[in-house]
Amino acid sequence: MTGAQIAARASRHTSLHRSGGADRIFSIAFGTLMLGAIGISVLALLTLLFDVARDGISHLSWDFLTSFPSRIIPSNSGIESAIYGTLYLMVVCAAIVVPLGIATAIYLEEYANRERWWNRAIEVNIQNLAAVPSVVYGILGLAFIVRGPLDLGRVVLAGGITLALLVLPVVIIVSREAIRSVPPSIREGSLALGATQWQTIWKQVLPGSIAGIATGIILALSRAIGETAPLLVIGAAVNPRFNPDGLFSSFTALPIQIFTWTQDKDREFVDLAAAAILVMMVLLLLMNSVAIFLRNRYEQKW
Amino acid sequence: MRKKGLALLAVAGSLAFGVAACGDDDDDGTASGSTTEQSSDGGDISGSIAIDGSSTVAPFAEAAAELFNEEYPDVKITVGTSGTGGGFEKFCAGETDISTASRPIDEEEEVPVCEQGGVKYTEIVVANDGIAVATNKDLAVDCMTVEQLKQLWNKGSKITKLSEIDPSFPDTELSLYGPGTDSGTFDFFTDQINGEEGVSREDYEASEDDNQLVTGVEGDDGGLGYFGFSYYEGAQDQLNLVGVDAGGGCVKPSTETIQDGSYKPLSRPLFVYPKADAVTRPEVKAFLDYTVENAAAIAEAAKIVPLTEEQVGTAKEELATAESGS
Amino acid sequence: MADHTAAASEGAMGRRTSLVRRPSRRSRFEAGVKALLFAAAAVSVAVTLAIIFSLVKETIAFFGDVSVGDYLFGTKWTPQFAGDQQSFGVIPLVWGTFYLTFIGLVVAVPVGILSGIYLAEFAPRRIRKIVKPVLELLAGVPTIVFGYFALTFFTPEVLRNFLGLGVNQFNALSAGIILGILVVPTIATLVEDAMSAVPQSLREGAAGLGANKVQTAIRVVFPAALSGVVAALVLGASRAVGETVIILIAGGQQANLSLNLYESYQSMAAYIAATARGDIPTGSIEYETIFIVGMTLFVLTLVLNLISIRLVRKYRQVYE
Repeated sequence: MTGAQIAARASRHTSLHRSGGADRIFSIAFGTLMLGAIGISVLALLTLLFDVARDGISHLSWDFLTSFPSRIIPSNSGIESAIYGTLYLMVVCAAIVVPLGIATAIYLEEYANRERWWNRAIEVNIQNLAAVPSVVYGILGLAFIVRGPLDLGRVVLAGGITLALLVLPVVIIVSREAIRSVPPSIREGSLALGATQWQTIWKQVLPGSIAGIATGIILALSRAIGETAPLLVIGAAVNPRFNPDGLFSSFTALPIQIFTWTQDKDREFVDLAAAAILVMMVLLLLMNSVAIFLRNRYEQKW
Repeated sequence: MRKKGLALLAVAGSLAFGVAACGDDDDDGTASGSTTEQSSDGGDISGSIAIDGSSTVAPFAEAAAELFNEEYPDVKITVGTSGTGGGFEKFCAGETDISTASRPIDEEEEVPVCEQGGVKYTEIVVANDGIAVATNKDLAVDCMTVEQLKQLWNKGSKITKLSEIDPSFPDTELSLYGPGTDSGTFDFFTDQINGEEGVSREDYEASEDDNQLVTGVEGDDGGLGYFGFSYYEGAQDQLNLVGVDAGGGCVKPSTETIQDGSYKPLSRPLFVYPKADAVTRPEVKAFLDYTVENAAAIAEAAKIVPLTEEQVGTAKEELATAESGS
Repeated sequence: MADHTAAASEGAMGRRTSLVRRPSRRSRFEAGVKALLFAAAAVSVAVTLAIIFSLVKETIAFFGDVSVGDYLFGTKWTPQFAGDQQSFGVIPLVWGTFYLTFIGLVVAVPVGILSGIYLAEFAPRRIRKIVKPVLELLAGVPTIVFGYFALTFFTPEVLRNFLGLGVNQFNALSAGIILGILVVPTIATLVEDAMSAVPQSLREGAAGLGANKVQTAIRVVFPAALSGVVAALVLGASRAVGETVIILIAGGQQANLSLNLYESYQSMAAYIAATARGDIPTGSIEYETIFIVGMTLFVLTLVLNLISIRLVRKYRQVYE
């Protein structure tokens, strides 16, 4: 449809005088609807934050951060094991997803010949992986990593790998965009001066896109640590009273601890879940702030 | 420009290393907030113990683990709740050290599997329990006979209102809650009430997590469910307890009626099954010794019906036999 | 001919040069780098293959025990029961998934589309500065927090106290509505993108013909962006279909085949998470159910995703 056709179709329904009364009323009504829609989102967010804060804020304390979950005395319960577990998972996840994601993005942007079917297949595949539900990644983790060929057991390493696979597509996509934003002239200049392709990438393209890549990685990581379903399927421990002591230790994580406490019949534990949510949201806020800071400060304006 | 990028990578890298390094010192901060003192020689026993099984016994096992950790902080104990049946499956496959159960191990179905897997064990009774039938506070039912319970819960039952069983009962639409089929509570209830284990109506909200059942019954006007008595005790202000009449009058579950067996037929002992191989490990032996020795205190902390004096004696004997390697 | 003589001749610098190309260390390094990077890219393919393989393997095992017809067309889902009470009809789970997604979309589609239109066409700068971050925050909230909110606030306070509805503790209305709120940012952002991509000439044309802003937005820009909008809806639906935790916490665990908003339902994803928990012994029939339901879910979201990719391609083409 061309612009003229669409505009012509519109004119059949529009009067040529300035908006009449009915039009005015409709405009106002529609405007109200739109504001209402926006209002719903704002209201939902505010209510959610308010409810969590109200339930949980009284339980926040240094003790809360440094105690283990107790089954018998809610007031002694804390999220130390959950915090450690989340941090361990984050490190393992980053260690896997950073090299793999950036390498894949470099390959797809700098080396891959789009005429070749296998390169197109890789691209489509990544888009599909990005849409797979997180619980299916949990199944993959259970069948392949916890049991199956890798047979690692229900340990930190297994959890970290599963989360890494979950956010890998996101990291690839974001890194590709960052790399793509480096203008071709930079590459061409470098090659003209005699640099090889890899030298160009390593010394010009990557440094130029690193801010965007880093931002994307941090955002992907913050998504990973908020995930509950894959860790449930893999079998994170419930209420462990110890911190993980290495990659091959059983573990829990903030979302899992929140999940367990939310469903307790004892109201005190439910409120602890809210407190844990507040801690997790602070962590996420921190990570997102770092990402935004990196983007604003180091973003290359070509 | 280039330098900035590399500097960024360096910062990110060192942050990651910093976090990893921080994560390694996990020997501090254990057993915090407790009121008992740590014994001086508790620190040299370490290891890990895998416990899995009944969600009814889980509070007991978790309380035991917690109190035990105050004296022996380096022993890592994980308590799973796969259900009595699920726990035995893993136990007989050698995956766990101690299996907890709200019914004895099944002679026909589970014992042979353990034999096949080469898993030897001992049966120790650690606490008592009753299955409580509870309703929402707005659903006023004081007593039901075993027959009536069977009518309600049996396979093929289409009853949606208690008034269908007895017109004097309220006619609120029921919202049924009960344990899943891997649960020993399920096995025991169906066996005692419906006459055969595993036979039950299917249209109820099933969950292995007794917490969910309590929340459900508490929340729905027509909520009715059955679960371990300790879970009722933890929520008694929000629920209505139904007495059971097994022919000798209406009896409501309580510590006394469960211990002396007058709460029929839904009283039962709770078991732990330590693996013979595991008992030879110092951390497991220490844990079992501690648990049996302090069974009453642990049961109280977990809000579970404790053993009688007599039962404690039996338990100690069983444990001694297990440890001597019979 | 020239090669052979030149190959042995002395070059201008007096050194032996060779016109025969031998791979230098540098170019071998470059080739190695390319191979390494390709291997990294291949990992993503390996992941898909691993997912498919693990799902297919257990699916085949499952269909050794249960017939395909019983699974696809059976209306009773009671895998945990024994004997003749055991039934593996997946329809209640599929129904639960769709029903809850539908309720979510009833909320998310109007709210999302209206928000997207507002942001693209109407929002003044100051309001944009508030609303965009609100949507981004909402998009960043982990689903477990929504689940908490649904169970501890929305059901008791909003549905029961405030609206006086007699819902169950775990009910479809609560889970569905919160699911909708989860999806709103996705739809709103994509609708805004789609509408912003419509060329300005259309708006100017409409204004020139006397249309006011609302008429322009609804009758000109929106239809022009339609396939982008539909893609947004499909993506939102796909997100809702795959969502696990909200339904697990607030929707209940009963496979239900009815239309009662006040009752509990179970979705495919929620069933998987409720059953799996790393506990089930390998090889048992329950273990297999995780995979067959997972396979069903995977296929479903794949189809939805392919549809939305198609639509995005279609709407991109119009302006290129």
